[in-house]
Amino acid sequence: MAKKPAETSETVLDIRGLTKSFGSNLVLDGVSLTVAKGRTVCVLGPSGSGKSTLLRCVNWLEKPDQGAVYLSGRRIGMREGGSIPMSSSELARERARIGMVFQHFNLWPHLTVIQNLAEAPIHVQKRNRDEVMAEAAALLDRVGLAAKKDDFPSRLSGGQKQRVGIARALAMKPELLLFDEPTSALDPELVGEVVAVMKTLAESGSTMLVVTHEMGFARETADEVVLMDGGRIVESGEPSAFFKKPKTERARQFLQRYVS
Amino acid sequence: MMHGFDVVWEHSDRLLWGVLNTIALSIVGAVLAVVFGALVAILLMSPNRLLRLSVQGLVDLMRCVPFLMLVYLVYYGLPHLGIDFDNWTAGLAALALYNTAYMAEILRGIWSGLPRETFEAATAFGYHGPRLYTRIVFPQVFLAAGPMLGNQLIQIIKDTAFLTIIAVPELTQAASGIQAQYFVPFAAFIAAILIYWALCAIVEGGVALIEKVAEARR
Repeated sequence: MAKKPAETSETVLDIRGLTKSFGSNLVLDGVSLTVAKGRTVCVLGPSGSGKSTLLRCVNWLEKPDQGAVYLSGRRIGMREGGSIPMSSSELARERARIGMVFQHFNLWPHLTVIQNLAEAPIHVQKRNRDEVMAEAAALLDRVGLAAKKDDFPSRLSGGQKQRVGIARALAMKPELLLFDEPTSALDPELVGEVVAVMKTLAESGSTMLVVTHEMGFARETADEVVLMDGGRIVESGEPSAFFKKPKTERARQFLQRYVS
Repeated sequence: MMHGFDVVWEHSDRLLWGVLNTIALSIVGAVLAVVFGALVAILLMSPNRLLRLSVQGLVDLMRCVPFLMLVYLVYYGLPHLGIDFDNWTAGLAALALYNTAYMAEILRGIWSGLPRETFEAATAFGYHGPRLYTRIVFPQVFLAAGPMLGNQLIQIIKDTAFLTIIAVPELTQAASGIQAQYFVPFAAFIAAILIYWALCAIVEGGVALIEKVAEARR
């Protein structure tokens, strides 16, 4: 069942009026969205609706054309005042506050599993190596992969790779976790193990923005679902209401097609 | 004929000295070529089109110059511009410069063939600038580059033989000196060839080692 997080109004992510075009193709058309601390927001929508681009605009892997992204009140990508873009080192520092999990895992193939977890905390965040390694071992234990710590990613199954991907993001102690279709590249029988890890994260109070086609996860775990279509948010609300009594015709059509 | 090998053996100290110079030139030349080649490869992968194309032009020019011509230019030409190297340094400079172009092209080719996604993940995790290259990009490039780096290293070893033309006391120079003095061309050159072969075998062993490390990660 949907968790009821502590009544908090502390906003972690605040997206205001994002627009983004690729050439003449308007992919985001004024999207605004907030995620409060400890909450899980699922972004649903057909492919091409702009949901992955929205996620990639949050940490400026794509540079939005207009609009603003605030993380815990600090603007991402633009300096204070909003007219001067951040330098690449300033932007890198902000990105390190946000964890990201990718559809195709994107683990670093030259590093072992535990090195994948420890790499950025040691070399980007400059944290103490021994502490980082101890925490990384604990995280691997938490995602059930302690035995794989010295294996290379190429030796793992897709589900194991994605659990490493999640642990790698957690090792940064991020303020916000972004999930970009984390189960879409997995064989159906491997989806469950990844969803289970994501559920425990959501229930333990992580702040998560999840782009997914996994309706079960959205229904059971999200605090809020957002439906995107054509670069806009067409409906948002609590999952129980959204899945039982969608308010818009577009949402009804979407649910008919995607929820069997 | 066996007498010839006896003569060469008597003067093996000269060959040894030549080999040591060949090894030193090859190692220092290769290290410089790899380091500068990696830096040039970063420019070749630059999103700035003008920068990329102008560097590519220079690399292509360098790859089209006969190595001998470059050696002449560095040794005889540069003193006219007030840059005066001794033979050894001139030879090393030519060797490093020439092979920097080849290394850059090899590394660029491998780099552009790698999936970009893991580099993007590093960007998302806060990597940028030199650390992105040293921690994420080049480890993957070099792991994939083993056999091609090995080929180029063998090329570098063979290129050192050209430096006999500016009297660098390397292996070919030494063998040539022995045969001229004692008139044992067959034995002297065969001895040199066997030594070149041994040096290449060492390189092949190194490549096999890199491949083993890479294979564990594939």
